[in-house]
Amino acid sequence: MKREHRFLKGLFIGIMLVFLYAPIIVMIVYSFNASRTMGNWGGFSTEWYGALFRDRDILAALEVTLSVAVISSIVATLLGTTAAIGIHSMKRRTRNVILTTTNLPVVNPDLVTGISLMFAFSILMVPQGYTRLLLAHITFNIPYVILSVMPKLRQTSDSLYEAALDLGAKPSYALRKVVLPQIAPGIVSGMILAFTLSVDDFVISFFCQQGAQNLSTYIYSLARRGINPKINALSAIMFVVVLALLLLVNVISSQNTEEAKAKRREKKRRRMAAAEA
Amino acid sequence: MSKHLIDLIGVTKDFDGELALNNIDLYIRNGEFLTLLGPSGCGKTTMLRIIAGFETATAGKVLIDGVDVSSVPAYKRKVNTVFQKYALFPHLNVYDNIAFGLKIKKADKAKIDRKVNEMLEMVELQGLGKRSIDELSGGQQQRVAIARALANEPECLLLDEPLGALDLKLRKEMQIELKRMQQQLGITFIYVTHDQEEALTMSDTIVVMRKGVIQQIGTPIDIYNEPQNAFVADFIGESNILSGVMTEDYFVEFLGKGFNCVDKGFERNEPVDVVIRPEDIKLISPEEGTLSGIVKSTVFMGVHYEMQIEAAGFTFLVHSTSMEDEGAHVGLSFFPDDIHIMRKDKAAE
Amino acid sequence: MKRKYFATPYLAWMIVLIVAPMIIIAYYAFTGQADGAFTLDNIKAALDPIYMSVLWRSISLAVISTVICLVLGYPIAYILSRMKPSTAAILSMLFILPMWMNFLLRTYAWMTLLDTNGLINRLLGLVGIGPLRLMNTQGAVVVGMVYNYLPFMILPIYNILQKMPKANIEAAQDLGANSKQVFTRVVLPLSRPGVISGIIMVFVPCITTFAISRLLGGSQFMLYGDLIETQFLSVGQAYGGWNVGAALSCIMMVLVFICLGITNHFDKDSSGGTLI
Repeated sequence: MKREHRFLKGLFIGIMLVFLYAPIIVMIVYSFNASRTMGNWGGFSTEWYGALFRDRDILAALEVTLSVAVISSIVATLLGTTAAIGIHSMKRRTRNVILTTTNLPVVNPDLVTGISLMFAFSILMVPQGYTRLLLAHITFNIPYVILSVMPKLRQTSDSLYEAALDLGAKPSYALRKVVLPQIAPGIVSGMILAFTLSVDDFVISFFCQQGAQNLSTYIYSLARRGINPKINALSAIMFVVVLALLLLVNVISSQNTEEAKAKRREKKRRRMAAAEA
Repeated sequence: MSKHLIDLIGVTKDFDGELALNNIDLYIRNGEFLTLLGPSGCGKTTMLRIIAGFETATAGKVLIDGVDVSSVPAYKRKVNTVFQKYALFPHLNVYDNIAFGLKIKKADKAKIDRKVNEMLEMVELQGLGKRSIDELSGGQQQRVAIARALANEPECLLLDEPLGALDLKLRKEMQIELKRMQQQLGITFIYVTHDQEEALTMSDTIVVMRKGVIQQIGTPIDIYNEPQNAFVADFIGESNILSGVMTEDYFVEFLGKGFNCVDKGFERNEPVDVVIRPEDIKLISPEEGTLSGIVKSTVFMGVHYEMQIEAAGFTFLVHSTSMEDEGAHVGLSFFPDDIHIMRKDKAAE
Repeated sequence: MKRKYFATPYLAWMIVLIVAPMIIIAYYAFTGQADGAFTLDNIKAALDPIYMSVLWRSISLAVISTVICLVLGYPIAYILSRMKPSTAAILSMLFILPMWMNFLLRTYAWMTLLDTNGLINRLLGLVGIGPLRLMNTQGAVVVGMVYNYLPFMILPIYNILQKMPKANIEAAQDLGANSKQVFTRVVLPLSRPGVISGIIMVFVPCITTFAISRLLGGSQFMLYGDLIETQFLSVGQAYGGWNVGAALSCIMMVLVFICLGITNHFDKDSSGGTLI
């Protein structure tokens, strides 16, 4: 009975993983297909990868995506972190009003956010293209940074900051040396979140795309015209890069926890030895 | 009071190579208040969890009412637990928390209502049934946890350091109340704590544990007055523990002097631990004392003074109602029956 | 300098690019294209029966997809939360990994699978079925939605189940609940906040998507998102598309906030309740 249960659970998880990964694996396999149609296997070939790297439009879109992701996540992190520190020290009512407004782009459908930005840009006469894309991405990234930094600020006791002032630190020094290290994990996770959201975004970019296509909007325009093997090759590369990044992060963090565990064990052993003596 | 309610026979628990319980034999009688006492990591909580059914013993048997329950799941056992951090259901109010077990048993509504109100009265929370859990203070949550476990009318209540999160005053009050409840209900309580004072005030029987091994089982008075080894003596109250040698029956040597004592049956010149309670040391003039020393520090503790006195190279802890100044020369003396002799504990080395 | 002034740059940004744009949408929705005077014409146009039928279709597809995500996602989250922490960490990572790939690429992957010449039809052909028309159907749109947003359902539920104190479950067992009762009376009610945020995180993007319906549903299955997109980019400003589009957006926004309100209300109700 118990074993059957276990088997069924494993089977279910397995099927769901197949559902999630089969499409990606199929794309990767077909990216090496010499034939242009998906159904036929025309032999192994890397010609689509060649075509991909010769396609100036794709390379340009990739460059736009990456540069927008890097710049918008850095700017959003700076603005978001300082904003969070400021908001945290405000009175409760002001703070609630600002946080509710900050939450708007998070709960609002992307479509509405995209359209509202398009309106605002055209009224403010922001030049079409890259500038609009960048401003839009910073705008929707800031709330996520604030949302990941605020809880850390709440966990940090105010007396820590006050203790630093009491010991003679200037406010700026106390902020840098006492508050910042405490909220650093929130800042980092906010920045990573902002970066991935920026790379992944399609809807908001779509309404700012004229004159500057990023990967999402470019793939959309390609895919609307049907299946294109170059996209398979691109997917394969993206998947491998994401997988490699994830493995790297995991290896580093697991090494850290292994080390921490070893240290803890060692400490415990020593304490026990001391207690014996 | 004589019937065994729970028997542990050769119970061993191994957590990935770490022995939490090592071949435990123990019986718990009907209607007694038994305390498992020991430092953290001694296996007391593991023992409780094995009785409750949350852990399975690696080896050995657990009998309840003489029936082997080793393979009976927790939800079918006639014992109930008060958890360390209460583990109240946050989605249910006070009433529904207490009624949880009765609803599972599909008791009828009138009976549930009667029982829950009876329980609320017992823990003195009348009228708070509709409150949600997070509106209660720590002490009130504690009472709900007790009421919830007792509503199921268990034969035995297991309590896992239930008062650990309360402040001192509340803890004292709850100690008295728990004892009252246990006497009123006449059921068995198994109580886990690391606080020796708590164990001494409440228990009928204390089981002192260390590193998965039972060190001593006895009444609070036995455990306090006749600790079986240096560990128990040290854990139950403060003690002066010295190394000595039994030169013959009724005679022990330590700190280079010989003393009369009341113990016998040791081998000739057997090394032993000598335990002397701080309140059993008499301060007299330096000329009269068997040992003489210098007062190193004196602290007023409310009822008595606590002094550290260095004599023959050993620092004695002494409790006395009369004060001696720091630096004063004093004599120490003790009666033969205040010198407790213990065999060296091999496991402890 | 006081610490609260740290927020000044962001506040300026927020007013210009979050608050003002929302007001502008409302302004466009309630003014005429030609004269800029107040009018309810755009709202009336947006409530046209044809548009309402599109809205209805969007809602029903989003509900179907959300329910499927919940039915698949809850058991996944539950099973993962009961596993050894090391195995659970690896598996939960595997379930999130596809989310890190670009949204358009994930959707595109299904185009290649569901194509008339695609792998699924090929495999069906081997057992003598088909070829079936899989692309450009409502089913394809639902598959695309479930595939894209399933991790959004798994993650919040998994997080809350994993953080649930083990003692709560043990307490229920201790009081006589068998494993089914432990689940229905303790685990399920306690995981409700995770379920609710999962539902919101899946339902909102589903109801507003236009890329999934365009790529997998072809042009037959216009959803509300497509409708709005068309007003802006095909009809255009000169023909009043911005005004009607703004009105449609307002309706959508109201709808989403009503949904949020209902779920929040549910959540508050539940704190003392019994059923889900």
